[in-house]
Amino acid sequence: MKKKTNENLRNKYLLIALSVLCAILIAVSFFEGSLVSPVKQISGFFITPVQRGISGFGSWLSGLTDNFQDAVSLREENTSLQERVDTLTEENSRLIQDREELDRLRELYDLDQQYDEYEKVGARIIAKESGNWFNLFTIDKGSADGIEVDMNVISGGGLVGIVTEVGSSWSTVRSIIDDNSNVSAMVSTTSDQCIVGGDLRLMDEGSLNLLSLTDSENNVHVGDSVVTSYISEKFLPGILIGYIDELNNDANNLTKSGYITPVVDFRHLQEVLVILETKEYVAPSEDGGIVQTGTVSQSEVSQSEPLTETESETQAQ
Amino acid sequence: MRRKITMALLILLFILLQSTVCQMIAVASIKPNLLIILTVSFGLMRGKKDGMLTGFFCGLLTDLFFESIIGFNAILYLWVGYFSGYFYRIFYDDDIKTPIFLISVTDLVYGILQYGFMFLLRGRIDFFYYLGRIILPEVLYTLLITIFCYRILYYINQKLSLSDKGSADHFV
Repeated sequence: MKKKTNENLRNKYLLIALSVLCAILIAVSFFEGSLVSPVKQISGFFITPVQRGISGFGSWLSGLTDNFQDAVSLREENTSLQERVDTLTEENSRLIQDREELDRLRELYDLDQQYDEYEKVGARIIAKESGNWFNLFTIDKGSADGIEVDMNVISGGGLVGIVTEVGSSWSTVRSIIDDNSNVSAMVSTTSDQCIVGGDLRLMDEGSLNLLSLTDSENNVHVGDSVVTSYISEKFLPGILIGYIDELNNDANNLTKSGYITPVVDFRHLQEVLVILETKEYVAPSEDGGIVQTGTVSQSEVSQSEPLTETESETQAQ
Repeated sequence: MRRKITMALLILLFILLQSTVCQMIAVASIKPNLLIILTVSFGLMRGKKDGMLTGFFCGLLTDLFFESIIGFNAILYLWVGYFSGYFYRIFYDDDIKTPIFLISVTDLVYGILQYGFMFLLRGRIDFFYYLGRIILPEVLYTLLITIFCYRILYYINQKLSLSDKGSADHFV
């Protein structure tokens, strides 16, 4: 009997001790997020190779079943695809002509093409967040491939998300349909600013929230494309997000809100492209032409940060 | 010692399965919660201490991978393990009904707490939507997996208990 009570007491102490430890961890990571990242680095170093192996095995299996597909359907698909190749080739040659014309005109107008082509790296999704509440995933490229925090992730011509954490050979991406995600965006036709937010309640429809759109002249219509905004702090401008699905007036009659259908198919996402440029890299800072290269903390480009560091970095380029 | 190594490997295996294989078997984008199966099973079969430690490490490792706040899942799973330890030696652990009941209750509470801290505090007040779309489907799916999974865990525990017998390491 005595032994039993001792044991119970010991268990209670252990419970309290571990609970206090958790509370401390929560407090530390809540207020000082940078302190815990080394621990994450170490654990990621050991786990991601295994995750890569498992998901590689999974895709190998699904590739195996694909091999058994009916040859007839493949042949049919082949002919229809051939037709498509023909039409696309024709379209492509026409587009190349247009493109050349555009280049000429750009030169004429002396426009810089800095937003035109970003350097990208392809990555495969190897794991997803374990619960059902958030939309984060791990990719198999990391700082060794030049990836940094806050780099934009795209796929199939549309915005997928943003890198939130980086290890040597892995990084974590928060997708724009995550409940915590908010992207500063604009309507491409009218350049009206708005916010695109993810919402777990919309996951069945696969759409996104469109919030606080300022459109006083009623020029924005359903079907207009929404791209990342020039004033966004972390997202490079002009990346396509999706098309407006529904538009309503807000109660204040000043702004509008609605829904967006993203161009990316988030449910069947397997490979993504990471743009190897952060926003700070592109945007010139206020004192004329100096480009900031330093990685910036969570919320804002802090103006108070001493410029000496970043200046020396840029001169080295 | 052998038990400790096996436990560590089991926890690692379940976390890996949760983040990779569960993704492939998700139904209507709902995944089963394997970690709660592991935690409750060992709380029920081995008592409060083992349940607590299993839960704590399961939660801590999930936090390390994906959550920005470390310790939140750890404390939830810690209490889940402790709670299921209460049923140790009250019910026969070879009966599937007790783990099924326990796992559904703890998974429900786990879901509600996740909602409360991660969503309600951010102003997402539509509780019944989340209950019907995420929490309850997760509980059901987890139950289904439990029926297969618990037998395997039970078998592993039996094997370990046999080899533990007589050693000073034996805990009870």
